[in-house]
Amino acid sequence: MAAIDIAGVSTVYPNGVRAVDDLDLAVADGELFALLGPSGCGKTTLLRTIAGLEQASAGTVGIGALDVTRLPPGDRRVAMVFQDYALFPHMTVAENIAYPLRVRRASKAAQRDAAERMSGDLSLTGLLDRRPGQLSGGQQQRTALARAVAADADVLLLDEPLSNLDARLRLEARTFLKRLQRELALTTVFVTHDQAEALALADRIAVMDAGRIRQLGTPREVFQRPADMFVANFIGSTPMNLLPGTVVDGQVEFAGTRLPASGVPGEVTVGIRPEYLRIAPDGVLSGRVSIVENLGVTSLVTLDCGVPVGVVVPEHEEPAVGDELRVSPAPGRVLLYGEDGRLR
Amino acid sequence: MTGFVLRRIGFYVVITVVLAFFAVPMLWLASAPFDARPGLGIRWPDWTLSNVRTTFEHPFALTSLVNSLILCAAATVVTTVLAALAAYSLSRVRIPGRDVLLYLLLLLSSVVTGTAAMVPIFVLMLQLGLINSQLGTALVIGGGMLPAAIFILKDFMDSVPRSYEESARVFGARPRQVLGHVVLPVARPGIATIVVWAFVNAWGNFLLPFLLLRDVGKQPAAVLLRTLNDEGGSANLHVIPVFSLLYSIPVVLLYLMVSKRYGFRFHGGIKS
Amino acid sequence: MPERRTWAVAFVAPALVLIGVFLVFPALWTLYIGITDYQLTGPTAINPRVVGVTNFVSALDDALFTNSVWLTAVFVLGSAVIGQNVLGFTLAWLLRRVRPWLRRTVEGFVLLAWILPGPVVAYLWFAVLSRDGGTLGTLVGSNTAWLVEYPMASLVVFNIWRGTAFSMLLYTSALAAVPPSHLETARLVGASGWQTVRDVVFPHIRGHVLTNTLLISLWTANDFTPFLLTAGGPNHESEVLPVLIYRRALESGQLGYASAISLLLLIGNLVIALVYLRLLRRRA
Repeated sequence: MAAIDIAGVSTVYPNGVRAVDDLDLAVADGELFALLGPSGCGKTTLLRTIAGLEQASAGTVGIGALDVTRLPPGDRRVAMVFQDYALFPHMTVAENIAYPLRVRRASKAAQRDAAERMSGDLSLTGLLDRRPGQLSGGQQQRTALARAVAADADVLLLDEPLSNLDARLRLEARTFLKRLQRELALTTVFVTHDQAEALALADRIAVMDAGRIRQLGTPREVFQRPADMFVANFIGSTPMNLLPGTVVDGQVEFAGTRLPASGVPGEVTVGIRPEYLRIAPDGVLSGRVSIVENLGVTSLVTLDCGVPVGVVVPEHEEPAVGDELRVSPAPGRVLLYGEDGRLR
Repeated sequence: MTGFVLRRIGFYVVITVVLAFFAVPMLWLASAPFDARPGLGIRWPDWTLSNVRTTFEHPFALTSLVNSLILCAAATVVTTVLAALAAYSLSRVRIPGRDVLLYLLLLLSSVVTGTAAMVPIFVLMLQLGLINSQLGTALVIGGGMLPAAIFILKDFMDSVPRSYEESARVFGARPRQVLGHVVLPVARPGIATIVVWAFVNAWGNFLLPFLLLRDVGKQPAAVLLRTLNDEGGSANLHVIPVFSLLYSIPVVLLYLMVSKRYGFRFHGGIKS
Repeated sequence: MPERRTWAVAFVAPALVLIGVFLVFPALWTLYIGITDYQLTGPTAINPRVVGVTNFVSALDDALFTNSVWLTAVFVLGSAVIGQNVLGFTLAWLLRRVRPWLRRTVEGFVLLAWILPGPVVAYLWFAVLSRDGGTLGTLVGSNTAWLVEYPMASLVVFNIWRGTAFSMLLYTSALAAVPPSHLETARLVGASGWQTVRDVVFPHIRGHVLTNTLLISLWTANDFTPFLLTAGGPNHESEVLPVLIYRRALESGQLGYASAISLLLLIGNLVIALVYLRLLRRRA
């Protein structure tokens, strides 16, 4: 068990690309932490720098009380699950799971023991003598997890742990992963490009872009109050409405309406999540319904209010195309972003 | 309908002709060794094993097959080991200009190992005192095969995910363990391909041993077969067929083994 | 990671040394010997003199050299560029959808022709083409000494037999990479077999065709097996360049002159390679 302490870390590739840029981050002991961002944002490089597979060009990486910046991966007491699982194709499931013990020259009996214990914990019983090629995607993923847990490390690193599973299996594996992490209480950092996955799994999320952290917070904080327009755009399964507006005399004008607002006058972007807009007879925003998209228990309705505005409505309130509709934002859920893109 | 039937017939005629073209020259290798009166034509043999005895009694026949084995084993081991090491590190460490260099060497090897450099190779070995040295000849053959072997193996190693080695490293494996536990076992099909390829190539190599091994007691089967032909002006047909058959058996066995285990296909191999 | 660098260099070095000594160095030496009057025996064997471009001038003036260049061109064009290429592709195309046993049988014989040792296949064809009861003579009922009367044609047919396997293998794997949906589209619009090959298959495998042609051309141009069949005869009628070099160097002992020809062959090879690489690049 150990906390992770990253201070001023930069990771520069030989071709000059600065994948991680002067980054500070503290992950608490036992925390389930998500590194979230679009591809190329540096999240995987950061994970690999923690693992020691990439060398930090500047700054320090600490795990527990130890400064591991210059240590090789094998001496950092970390375990890792790769995106492709990296199960050795020539070894059986049992040999794969016990591989960390084999490296440490544990006895054959101890290796078999560990494999059997892990297979019980991760519902792999009866598969121990198969080869990875004979397993389903979910079984492969659990084998890779079992191998990482068997390493008895202080920190567990997961690179896109769910991305190679199909949609239905992914939900199942997500729940399983969260339960496993709670039981082991193992400091865990995982990388994902899927915001829903990060929101559902993590205790805290770091949203990354261009090698830096844009926002660090709990899933709720990140969802409700994105710190800037990049995060606002990235988080949420339906895109946030970002509408041009102007602040004058304690009010903000946008989409043909006004709402009270404090702050200095000037151009702003008004951010309202479609989920935080409700149909109301006295709604402040009004427009004609142009598109209705069924999301299952809700529908995403696009209103034409001069600019298109998305609204998520429950199934029993679903309007028809062409209807006139009035909607209001939930209190405290209207965000104003300044010209620099930051939350005002 | 008739068009379809005609096309089928045409198809099978073509296949039959091609099959005959490739198979007929080989029939001699099946009949002549066991014929009491062997000739150059193909005919149903008067079965006998006396040719086999004659061949075994030939002063150099068996020696030359042993020589071939020594020469090929040495060349194959040198080529495989050096190519595997080089291909692995070329595949894993970024070196600028690597691909261009490999292509150039590949081109050079296909040119030089043929005939273009036979004069300097002969002179080089003469000056090094390596004429009539089997190991020396094996090294020359190996040097010629290396670029292609590295090329094929590097292509194979490139297709092995790096995450295998990284995973082993994260779990604390030392470089030697990474190599022994993960890289070599995973690369085994590629290495097997190279072993077979190098062996078959060296086994059939005529020019280099012909140039560099002038002592008949050291010559491999490839060279001896040629001398049998020229002996006394006319070919010794009681020895040549059996000898050819014996000489062919190792590569045919290898071929059968490979095609059974891996199928005779390019492993991704040469791409456009 | 400097440690990894060191490992990498240590791994590559032995191979590079061997390649350097037995491949690159001889190639460079060819350059030098080619401008001397080096001989296998006699006074200039000990003390060769630099004679400049004399060897090259006399080679270009030598009717036997010109003859050899022409024969090599015929050999490469006839047996590799056309013969092995066309037969290899045809086999790969025809064998795509036949029953597995038939496919295995045909492929088996074609591959066997490729992997049997050179001296043995030379002997097999010597037997097929011989005047006294050779198989070909028996089949067509004639008493021709094929290797004497049609030496180049014999060599071309022989080399097609010998080398088609490589093209067949390469085209088989290339054809497997053509997306089935493209072939099905061609069938839906009613394209004939030839139209399908020309409009759908060929654009996909153009790179393979060029790579294949390059490799088999180079191999054929430097192939020494013709020596085993005809030794260049009769009367220089099948004396391709490798055979000419061998005979000049070791039979006449003119090492300097032979090296000069080697160098010209090397340059020829490079020119062919460059032309192909140009074509290959243009496809992008």
